Amino acid sequence: MEILVAILLGVLTASGVFLILRARTFSVVLGLTLLSHAVNLFLFSMGRLHTNAPAVIGEAAQHADPLPQALVLTAIVIGFAMTAFVVVLALRSVLELKNDHVDGVDKNEEPI
Amino acid sequence: MLLLILLLPLLFLPGPLLLRHAPRWAVGLASLPPLIAFILLLQLLPTVMQGQVLLYQFDWIPELGLSVALRLDALSALFALLITGIGVTVMYYAHHYFAGKPEAARFYTLILAFMAAMLGIVLAENLILMLIFWELTSLISFLLIGFYGNKQISRRGARLSLFITGGGGLALLGGIILIGQVVGSYQLTDILAARELIQNDSRFPWILGLILLGAFTKSAQFPFHLWLPHAMSAPTPVSAYLHSATMVKAGIFLLIRLFPVFSGHEAWFYWVAGIGVVTLLVGSFVAIFMHDMKGLLAYSTISHLGLITLLIGFGTHGALTVALFHLVNHALFKAPLFMMAGVVDKAAGTRDLRQVNGMAKHFPLLMILSFIPTAAMAGLPYLNGYFSKKLFIVESLNGPHSGMIATLIPILAILGAAFSVGYALRLFHNTFFNGKPVDLPNWPPKKPSNWTYAPLVFFAAACVILGLWPELMLHGLIAAAANAANVSSDLLIPATSAPHIVSYDLSVIQDHPWLSLISAVTFLGGLAMYSARKTLFAWHAKLPNLNAKDHFEKLMQTLIGWSQNAVHMVENGSLQRYVLYLLVTALVFTGWPLIGLDVWRGNRELMPIDAMTAGGIVLLAAMALAVSFLHHQRITALLFTGATGLFITIGFARFSAPDLALTQFSVEVMAIMIMMLALSFLPQTSPHESSRFRWSRDVIIASIAGIGVALLSFAVMTRPQSSISDYFLANSVSGGGGTNVVNVILVDFRGFDTLGEITVLAIAALAVFALTRNLRLKDRPNHQQNEYWNGFAESHPLFLRVLARPILPMALLVSAYIFLRGHNLPGGGFIAGLITAAALSLQYVACGIRWAHVRMLTQFRPLVGAGLLIAGTTGVGSLVFGKPFLTSWFGHFELPFIGEFELATALLFDLGVYVTVVGATLLILANMGRLMTIHGPGKEIG
Repeated sequence: MEILVAILLGVLTASGVFLILRARTFSVVLGLTLLSHAVNLFLFSMGRLHTNAPAVIGEAAQHADPLPQALVLTAIVIGFAMTAFVVVLALRSVLELKNDHVDGVDKNEEPI
Repeated sequence: MLLLILLLPLLFLPGPLLLRHAPRWAVGLASLPPLIAFILLLQLLPTVMQGQVLLYQFDWIPELGLSVALRLDALSALFALLITGIGVTVMYYAHHYFAGKPEAARFYTLILAFMAAMLGIVLAENLILMLIFWELTSLISFLLIGFYGNKQISRRGARLSLFITGGGGLALLGGIILIGQVVGSYQLTDILAARELIQNDSRFPWILGLILLGAFTKSAQFPFHLWLPHAMSAPTPVSAYLHSATMVKAGIFLLIRLFPVFSGHEAWFYWVAGIGVVTLLVGSFVAIFMHDMKGLLAYSTISHLGLITLLIGFGTHGALTVALFHLVNHALFKAPLFMMAGVVDKAAGTRDLRQVNGMAKHFPLLMILSFIPTAAMAGLPYLNGYFSKKLFIVESLNGPHSGMIATLIPILAILGAAFSVGYALRLFHNTFFNGKPVDLPNWPPKKPSNWTYAPLVFFAAACVILGLWPELMLHGLIAAAANAANVSSDLLIPATSAPHIVSYDLSVIQDHPWLSLISAVTFLGGLAMYSARKTLFAWHAKLPNLNAKDHFEKLMQTLIGWSQNAVHMVENGSLQRYVLYLLVTALVFTGWPLIGLDVWRGNRELMPIDAMTAGGIVLLAAMALAVSFLHHQRITALLFTGATGLFITIGFARFSAPDLALTQFSVEVMAIMIMMLALSFLPQTSPHESSRFRWSRDVIIASIAGIGVALLSFAVMTRPQSSISDYFLANSVSGGGGTNVVNVILVDFRGFDTLGEITVLAIAALAVFALTRNLRLKDRPNHQQNEYWNGFAESHPLFLRVLARPILPMALLVSAYIFLRGHNLPGGGFIAGLITAAALSLQYVACGIRWAHVRMLTQFRPLVGAGLLIAGTTGVGSLVFGKPFLTSWFGHFELPFIGEFELATALLFDLGVYVTVVGATLLILANMGRLMTIHGPGKEIG
């Protein structure tokens, strides 16, 4: 299973990196979302993989590592806030620069 | 007391600026601090003359070996007296030089700061501290040379000097750190006693080279002398003080201070004496050809510094004594000559020796007063320069060297002495006689007040007194200073024992009766050279013009050009490219150490693969790939992104993280909603614009990143784990009063982290609020999407509207339940807050903002604040009970009908988290949502 999760992490990271290298703000937002999924999952996997072992005392014989889970939990919420922030930035830049190129200058297109 | 001496100039620092508009005499108060410091030093003088060393220590950063440690022995006392004593006269002189000029205040402030830095160098006991003052003198000197910043010549001269002395300072830093590593201490007391240790260390060549580089650049030794002549664009008091008496002597001071460590080593003799003799000859030779009075004096200073360096290089005690003696003499005759040049410059409007002639008629007093220092410089009898020059020749004969060098050095020394007679004659005769003035800008020359001459009188008297009774100094302070400088480990005298001062034996002069003959020869040689000046000048004019400053400027321009190109190449304004740099840098720095990893597969037992999970993972990976391949079709890519998030939720649930699953699920819903909202204002497709090259390059980078992360996570996951979580698992129930360890960590063990994180959340929400505040997205970008979206914009499907209303109370109930059980079962403030926010935003989606706002409170910003306040107050509450911040407390209670239940202060903290999350999420959603209503954005919400 570990090998599959590792490959998944690789694919998520690669897709995220590829997308944040694109020239349009929306692609970058999508890329950041995928990349934060990858990062969360990576942090989570640092506690190793466990099945049927929630970190609740008394619920199971074994317990998964609760610390990465606590870290990832807050990371998810903050990631959401940051996504919202980046999205608003993207909207703002479209409004003020009249295009959605990350460099603010669009060489190929008529201004929208 | 030592600290007071050091701080005196600094205490008066703001004075001149405050008194800028006060009468002239008030600004003159600036000469008080050096005067007081001078008197304080004189008071301490008898003690240090006996060979005692006064120390003052204040630990500053002991971990770095850095302390404010001061040391006053006879050597530092000699230098400190020079600095403050000459300082007083320069202040007095400057008072007349800057009479009535507005820049006087700035000058006094800078010169006082410089004085403090200079005193710091000579009084420092800690080498690092000394370096700090050393660099300060370079910086203040930069400001003083560039005092007239509106003139290009000043700016360039200042830049050249900063470049050379600053570079030397860096070398010195390296040398000092090496010494510190060898000796294990930066205190001078330890270092001076570690001669053997340092000389036998394999790093000795580096230490010596770097320290000498620092000293030579500061003291304008060949080939670093080039900055000094260009520093003459400074006001004359600055030249008189910094560039003849003090700053250039800092390098000499360093050589003498470290004399016990280095002297006697062969390399020390060859380098120090060698550079010294070259500097002596080059300086005195070039000086003859200088037409600028101050330029001539600058080169003369260079040659005298070379002479002192040469003496230090001999490494004998006698030579060291003579070096100190000449250092004092040089300060005494060079400072008044600079002042004379300043007076003439101000009176005549130029200091070009081709124009300034025959001044004796206009300034008879000045002529007499400057004759004495000039004659001292040339080494005429009965003046101080006479003795130092004679002793110099004696020492060059008695040097430790043998063979060819033994004959060569005295010859070169005599040659240098002849040159110095030549330029002294040129300066004096040319200025005061030599026919009539030529085209003076100011005619007739303005006579300065006679009070201006007071410092000149003082210096002339000093030159005569030391010329008649040299033993006053030689057997007094100089002998004590030489002894203090030359403490070798075997010669170290305990401070309390009887003074043991080796005085210089003046009878050597009697031993060499032909010395007077040599003096006469040098004088005649100089005279001959001056008489033949026309021929010499003609010859000199034919030499190629080597102007250091021009070459330096050219070099600077080239360097600036290069760096501009480099900056433009790297920083071209393209964010896309910056992201690339960041990613590649991250890859290189994380990838580099990973290359060395041989075993990727650890020895932890792998989890078996089941078909269902494997299928899910493959599907998830496929969707992530789909996002990047289909990103041109934005809505499709967005839907795939949402699906990716949902699958990750399932993944968390599958791998024993119920809390994460719940959180991810509720966040995912709202994140996709926000992106949907945004997409309605953005183009619906991304153009295919990446070139083939860029596309392949990005695919390669992305693949490397992906493979790297995959390998790294595989390597970690297959290795056995040891985690600090065992502590949390063991103490969760007993210490935190909850069985859900994830939640207990969040609200209790790592409560401070959580407090920080909800603060970040709150700030992000406020930033979104602020950015959307004035956002006026009047029309959607283009028509195609208007067609696309128009059908949905205001129509709220009946089915959803009907269903949303009963869902709200149910959802709130669920979130309350999730919140309350969070301490013991999956749930908690974060998750409950997200569920509440999702339920409320469903009302927006189903019925529209206007409908919702009539029916709900929308003070989201106060809500966010309240949440933070609750969480923070809970934390502070534990302080009331004398416990550390955020300590939690819990207890069990019995209630009728309900049974036993638990109350924990952590629940209160979690309530703060809950409120913050609800407030922040709704603040974001509502303000983004209002942008897209058909009635326009409307007022801000929250």
